[in-house]
Amino acid sequence: MLGIPDSRWHGGERTAGGDRVAYGGFHRAAARRHLLLPALHALQDAIGWVSHGALNYVSERLDLGPAEAYGVATFYDLIATEHAPPVVAHVCDDIACLAKGASRIVDELEAALGPAGEHGDAAPWKRSPCLGQCEKGSAAFIQCAGASARSIAPVTAEQVIDIVTSGSADDAVAPTTSAQDRSDLRLLAILDDEGDMGLYRSKGGYEGLARALEIGPAASVAEVEASGIRGRGGAAFPAGIKWRAVTEHEGVKYVVCNADESEPGTFKDRVLLEGDPFAVIEGLTIAGVTTGAQQGYLYLRGEYPVAFRRLSEALESAREAGLLGPDIAGSGRTFDIEIRRGAGAYICGEETALFNSIEGFRGEPRQKPPFPTDAGLFGRPTLVNNVETLANIPAILRDGGAAYAEIGTAQSTGPKLFCVSGNVASPGVYEVEFGATIRELIELAGGVDGALRAVLIGGAAGSFVDASQLDMPLTFEDTRAAQLGLGSGVIIAFNESIDMHTIVARIADFFGEESCGLCVPCRVGTVRQHESLVRISEGGDRAAELEILDELDHVLRDASVCGLGQAASSAVQSAIRLGLI
Amino acid sequence: MIEQRISPPKTRIDVTVDGSTVSVPEGSTLLDACNAAGADVPTLCYLETLTPINSCRACVVEVEGSRTLVPACSRVAEPGMDVQSDSDRVQRARKSVYELLASAVDLSLAEPETVRQMERYDVDPERFGEGWHRTDEVKIQDDLYIRDYDKCIMCFRCVAACGPDAQNTFAIDTAGRGLNSTIATEFDVSLPESACVYCGNCVAVCPTGALMFKTEYDLRTSDDWRPDDQHVATTVCSFCGVGCNLELHVQDNRIVKVTSPMDHSVTEGHLCIKGRFGWGYVQPEPD
Ligand SMILES: Cc1cc2nc3c(=O)[nH]c(=O)nc-3n(C[C@H](O)[C@H](O)[C@H](O)COP(=O)(O)O)c2cc1C
Ligand code: SF4
Ligand code: SF4
Ligand code: SF4
Ligand code: FES
Ligand code: FES
Repeated sequence: MLGIPDSRWHGGERTAGGDRVAYGGFHRAAARRHLLLPALHALQDAIGWVSHGALNYVSERLDLGPAEAYGVATFYDLIATEHAPPVVAHVCDDIACLAKGASRIVDELEAALGPAGEHGDAAPWKRSPCLGQCEKGSAAFIQCAGASARSIAPVTAEQVIDIVTSGSADDAVAPTTSAQDRSDLRLLAILDDEGDMGLYRSKGGYEGLARALEIGPAASVAEVEASGIRGRGGAAFPAGIKWRAVTEHEGVKYVVCNADESEPGTFKDRVLLEGDPFAVIEGLTIAGVTTGAQQGYLYLRGEYPVAFRRLSEALESAREAGLLGPDIAGSGRTFDIEIRRGAGAYICGEETALFNSIEGFRGEPRQKPPFPTDAGLFGRPTLVNNVETLANIPAILRDGGAAYAEIGTAQSTGPKLFCVSGNVASPGVYEVEFGATIRELIELAGGVDGALRAVLIGGAAGSFVDASQLDMPLTFEDTRAAQLGLGSGVIIAFNESIDMHTIVARIADFFGEESCGLCVPCRVGTVRQHESLVRISEGGDRAAELEILDELDHVLRDASVCGLGQAASSAVQSAIRLGLI
Repeated sequence: MIEQRISPPKTRIDVTVDGSTVSVPEGSTLLDACNAAGADVPTLCYLETLTPINSCRACVVEVEGSRTLVPACSRVAEPGMDVQSDSDRVQRARKSVYELLASAVDLSLAEPETVRQMERYDVDPERFGEGWHRTDEVKIQDDLYIRDYDKCIMCFRCVAACGPDAQNTFAIDTAGRGLNSTIATEFDVSLPESACVYCGNCVAVCPTGALMFKTEYDLRTSDDWRPDDQHVATTVCSFCGVGCNLELHVQDNRIVKVTSPMDHSVTEGHLCIKGRFGWGYVQPEPD
């Protein structure tokens, strides 16, 4: 992957006269630091861990201090720096799966295989945060040395035991199904298993790109602005503002598709990437030709092996069809897309952490400002959009921003995907126009199993609501007025049989585990929050603990560097307000 | 080429701090503005000679129009900004930041300034309850300096000093994530096995005593570290022609540690192994 060394200094070929030349090349090597994570992935995939010798070799080739490379390797859950077994199973015990009985699987695995591993140890199985397969009810992600990683969902304890003892696994993901009639849907119209470009084109695919090339950047940006579309990644920022800002900058710039989807309860991006990869690719291509970027990156969650294969194939067909590469659709414009795999770190979905991760640094967020549109990836102006945001772009360009703005409500335009899971009859991704209520979505998913206790909206970084709020329309404006957030479109229903202490503590634990550790409020505060919740559930002094939690809420929201810490107390506080714990 | 040091006078901008207007050169940080206004803003991870990393959040201030508090040490001042340096919100956050730190690490050897700020904000390390605390063995791997990471507040100053801001050796970096993160060499190998060149620049910037001269550590262990009985002799390093200023800290007529002034244009407080540790020859071997 790193290629043959180009100098003898690094062990390359001996060439005639070569001994008389002094080799430099360190700047060139350092400029390749962004290959660090791909190199670590390559080692991990091949032998199941990153040994000291291997790390030293990679560091030398990229002109890095080994301590720096070690710091990067140990940042990620999917990179092992201790001798690990050839097969390691990561088993989800996060909230949506907990509602479906994940603790039983965990108990059985503990009985059969011993306690779950901690980061860096040699246990054959680990507990995992949400694997983005919530609609399946249980999930495992399997790393196999020498073979590609696998997803298994739903999964049973017997399957996991069988895999880690036999040492091999195949993908066994239940197909994405939808209880919805898909004939009128916009985003979920294609859920194709073959990644077939013919089908995509027959449904109007790549007409958006053709129009973008025809009308040019200024008019394309105007369409995106007119559509009123807001980002679907969680922050709900108007896309047009970012598109304009990046387009107006001179010089080298980048566009990035954020496909790191790791917010507990979110799986819509996975469904899009696996089922309709061309929509995302076309959206990112339009972003590239419009802003003037020649290189796009798609940062894909490391635990999505199926999406990785589908996307790789789809990128290849787009290149063959001349829709990526040096001369896009005969326009003379150059644009290509590279997939970068994440390696198990929720924080890398935060846009500036994502840049650091691609650049080969630890995935710690940067203090903003400067904002990505001014100084993002490699310090250049960068447009970052979520998968679902980009999947909307082809239709905006094809049919015009004004037509798109007709869909949904005045301030929340367009179709929207919701990930409905937990105790509902048919968990899955559901597409509605903005304006549908929580109740309507739960009904689309077949209604609640049993008596409803609470609904988590927005994911772990979101808030609980109770039965009295089910008629709230799920729009940016209505949720904001209720001081809630739409987040990434998560709706997890919990019925009366669920122990809410366990769920809330799991959310707090998630933030403690996923905090990057950069800033004090979040590094220490998230862990103190979890400790306090555990004390409450063990019967501690509730009033005193609530005071602690309130104080933590303030410092987390006010003083954390990034959105992870700032949102880490949101669900906990809402659970307290509703009397769930 | 000689660096062009004379730049045209900078435009000045006006910022309001706690109700009064101060004028600072363009490009100044809010910390500069607060200092100019005489406001007392604490800092922990910030050091004049290093790039701000924004990790401790002790310096947060309230800026009109900003959803969250902002770190004064790194936020560049913009014309017309309205800053509250010690509002109730700010005090509440700072108190919690210090309490969280004090609840997790050993701050007993923190700088006097930190102790003062902790008194100012009436810090109670027990407020967040008993829980996780760092427990690290002291790493004594050579005769020059020790590393005692249960005093480490993860300010990353040592990483910056070892790396791009001074030494460019990159012998240490942050390893792990979240609460499990620590400062480490690759695979936690001992310092002599690592890339470390023993410049001691990490020791010089550490604000908590987590990194410490072995001489100081030994004296403290035998309860014989007496700062009041020490004097500082200023001299110039005799090893090479660079001309680094040295401050020799002397106790009982023996050198116990060496620093260099941070405001010195040649060193900015940084030295190499010779100036930092190479003074054995000026004093007789101890018995
Ligand atoms: C901790 C954290 C995790 C995030 N994870 C994701 C993610 O997985 N996917 C995503 O699209 N955005 C994520 N975001 C939001 C991004 O920072 C960014 O706002 C988004 O990608 C912008 O795209 P959009 O405007 O299309 O939504 C995350 C933010 C934070 C603070
Ligand atoms: S808030 Fe948490 S995740 Fe964000 S920078 Fe701080 S420690 Fe890292
Ligand atoms: S002594 Fe110098 S080289 Fe060694 S770790 Fe400290 S700063 Fe780096
Ligand atoms: S060892 Fe000292 S300088 Fe380094 S991070 Fe810890 S407290 Fe800061
Ligand atoms: S896959 Fe288990 S909670 Fe999402
Ligand atoms: S001094 Fe500003 S964040 Fe630490």
